[in-house]
Amino acid sequence: MGKRVAVVGVGMTKQRSSRPDVNGQELINEAVRMALDDAGMTRRDIDAVVIGNMDHFEGINYVDTWSVDGSGALMKPIMKLTTGGTTGSTVAMAAYYHVASGLFDRVLAIGWEKNSESDTTGAIITAFDPFWDRPIFAGAVAGLALEATQYMHLTGATEEDAAYVAVRDRTHALNNPYAHLHINLTIDDVLKSPYLSWPVKMGDMCPRTDGACAVVFASENAAEDSPQKPAWVLGVADRHLWAYTSDPYVNQAIENGWWFPAMEWSARELYDKVGITDPLEQIDVAELYLPYSFAGLRYMEALGFCGRGEGPALVRSGATDMGGKCPVNPSGGPLCSNAIGATGLIRVAECAWQIQGRAGDRQVPEVKVALATGFGGCFWSDILLFGAEKPEKVRG
Amino acid sequence: MEPVAIVGVGMTEMRRERKADGYADLVYEATRKALDDAGMEIAEVDNVITVSNDFFDGRTISSMAVQDACGSFDKNVSTVEGDGTFGAAYGLMRILSGSFGTTLVCVHHKGSESQMPLITNAMFDPLYERFLGIEAVSSSALQARAYMEKYGITEEQCALVSVKNHRNAFANPVAQLPLELTVEQVLASPYIADPIKLLDCCPVSDGASAVILASEERAKKLAAKPVWVKGVAYCSDAYHLGDRDLSDVRALEEAARKAYAMAGIGDPAREVDLVELYDAFTYMELMWLEGLGFCARGEGGKLTASGDTAPGGRLPVNVSGGCLSGNPVLVAGLNRVIECVLQVRGDAGERQVDGVRTAVAHGINGPCGQSHCVWVLGGEK
Amino acid sequence: MGDWREDQELVVMEGRIKVPYRWFAGEVGTRYFESLRDERKFLGTKCGACGKVYHIPRRNCPDCFAECSEWVELGSAGTLETYTVVRRQHPQLAPLPLPYGYGVIRLDGADTGFLHLLYEFEEGGLATGMRVEAVFADEREGRILDVRYFRPTKGVS
Repeated sequence: MGKRVAVVGVGMTKQRSSRPDVNGQELINEAVRMALDDAGMTRRDIDAVVIGNMDHFEGINYVDTWSVDGSGALMKPIMKLTTGGTTGSTVAMAAYYHVASGLFDRVLAIGWEKNSESDTTGAIITAFDPFWDRPIFAGAVAGLALEATQYMHLTGATEEDAAYVAVRDRTHALNNPYAHLHINLTIDDVLKSPYLSWPVKMGDMCPRTDGACAVVFASENAAEDSPQKPAWVLGVADRHLWAYTSDPYVNQAIENGWWFPAMEWSARELYDKVGITDPLEQIDVAELYLPYSFAGLRYMEALGFCGRGEGPALVRSGATDMGGKCPVNPSGGPLCSNAIGATGLIRVAECAWQIQGRAGDRQVPEVKVALATGFGGCFWSDILLFGAEKPEKVRG
Repeated sequence: MEPVAIVGVGMTEMRRERKADGYADLVYEATRKALDDAGMEIAEVDNVITVSNDFFDGRTISSMAVQDACGSFDKNVSTVEGDGTFGAAYGLMRILSGSFGTTLVCVHHKGSESQMPLITNAMFDPLYERFLGIEAVSSSALQARAYMEKYGITEEQCALVSVKNHRNAFANPVAQLPLELTVEQVLASPYIADPIKLLDCCPVSDGASAVILASEERAKKLAAKPVWVKGVAYCSDAYHLGDRDLSDVRALEEAARKAYAMAGIGDPAREVDLVELYDAFTYMELMWLEGLGFCARGEGGKLTASGDTAPGGRLPVNVSGGCLSGNPVLVAGLNRVIECVLQVRGDAGERQVDGVRTAVAHGINGPCGQSHCVWVLGGEK
Repeated sequence: MGDWREDQELVVMEGRIKVPYRWFAGEVGTRYFESLRDERKFLGTKCGACGKVYHIPRRNCPDCFAECSEWVELGSAGTLETYTVVRRQHPQLAPLPLPYGYGVIRLDGADTGFLHLLYEFEEGGLATGMRVEAVFADEREGRILDVRYFRPTKGVS
């Protein structure tokens, strides 16, 4: 049966609005070489590579074969996974399963994007059904705005509550040299920023970013040779539920008992597997794929950190700030850097650094359990848990 | 590797234009067939891998269109972009991890809805290669020439593959292009990009397929006859065409070496009973046969001319008709696996080859077979 | 669901996804394309570890994964490693009138080949191993098509 798996090396580029100094393969290579150095490995030590991005963000078809020069996959197994915003977390899960299968001992996971090379919204619009959705309503911001209005209607949450999240993550990012946005914002600044699609304002949204991230996953035996303290995978779970833009708003109706079923169900599955009964108490730090500020309220509920409608109060209590009970996005999260295919994997990388005590000025004290999420598609959800202690048994 | 079996397979008919069916319709049909084949309900599927390509579908997150159709609701699901053999390899890993007892792998493609040359042109690097207009046929022609000149492979030998595989397709109800051809007809067909002629090329196709993999424990509980995964490996060569010796098949040799080692196969030419490989162009069948170790380098033409690879021969190759008789890209690789499963089970109908105990299936990714995936399947655990 | 289909015209929606791209050549690519544009010279990069000279230029050696630390000036003629003559092509792709060729060309001084167009050759006039030379565009913009194509060298190889 499956092997225990740990993260033993992390690399990422500094996230920037544009990287005209490198092409895609070169960007990937920066992160890969840093991860290999971190793991005390060379290209030769890697048994397999998993890579992901979104085709239409760079206009590259078959990224797995195209990227070989940069990824180090020459004469090695390489596989490409693409699931939209969840791509980076999907890639991390795939690397986990590669190793857990027993087929490979050292697997390199790569997520990257050069959003500056295309029109991100133009590409995202093509994610939606050409007959039903695309001609009428599509793209990321409008879809998130619908979620926000629904959430505000259900809970009475305010734009100011959301702005608190926007400010929190931007403040956290000031401690993160890898973050793209280093800006001092006030709640007032966010509230006064222009509306993109009511109630979502410029200050509520993630930026477009160029960046790459690479993470080395190792089997138990290989992890023992690692110069880094292993960050153990405790478990992973995901749900990708919907196919049409309107599905989430119709089907997750309150009468069904679910507000954000993809995240609630994947969290429930993962917590059951790992034995998490009180996430706020048991999880020490969370790196969440918050593409916009309102998600920082709603996800707290979907992830079981508080009850329905209690997200705003929890966040405003300071529990998710640095120094709080469970700091959320010490890195600044996607609100400060969103190279989409890399973003989910960066959450994993940050969790590993937190567990290893290597997160620098954004380190949370004594991290035993860390949570990473990916978000994408039609409100899809990936969840991964990492621990400082080797788990007794594998819980994929 | 712990025993994992393929317990259900489903293929749609491959057609030039399945106008009445969208992606989701095709995936639903293939999934339904695979479930019926396995005697399973969708609730018994523990997790799902979809396989698709955003460029072919003209859609970012192309898997989103088929989430309903593959029954992944409330299941763990992921998407591989690439050939179906790679997607199935990930499905296999998820069972070996111990997390799941069964994996459904489904793959779709509609060549009719886009323009293949424009999509395959986008495989090439935008700075250095794409604006030269290169695409799948012309790049493969470069490889065909490099290979044929190096080993003295003739266009007649390549034509034999076209004649054989199109003829084989008559016995395969899902095949798109059964043709009764002569070598002369193939040789007389117009050049697209020398030395590749029209009848050396696979057609443009629509189709979908699905397989269900199961752990030993779960396979035991099913009525279906399990076909066991004996070995799987994949490997990528260099990307830029000029970085590679295009006449070489080292990535395939490496993948085959690993897959055979897993399967305990020492001499594939003696121990394998049937081969389904990715013959997008006729020369590929010869090259890949060599890379898979069924003959020495440069001997693929002679092996084919000897008749050994025909249905009654010593080593039947592409008795399904191969990609030459239907090539929904991505689907086509998984269809190679499915044909092997049917042959090992003895369920291949009119085209059944006697006594298939061990079969090899093969898929490719990237230009000129840059990346290869090799599957060894068998009737015994 | 298909019983109404027989006399029904099926709906087909014509579409085109419109996503503009701008691909960054990066520092390495920029130097390469500037050299093509301004000096009509091909540059390769040399791996600091194994010494292999890459053309297409590379920032890192894909094999030993070391930096390609040195620029190497290459000849504008080279040897044809393999080729094809294209007889049919999608009209949006063909950069030259049909028939034209593609070749993998190893420029003098390089250890790898690269892909480019072949033109100005007689029917049957191409052969593996033959010498070919670059024909530069008069107006050059810093892109791969600054070289219009390669043709068989005239005179002594």
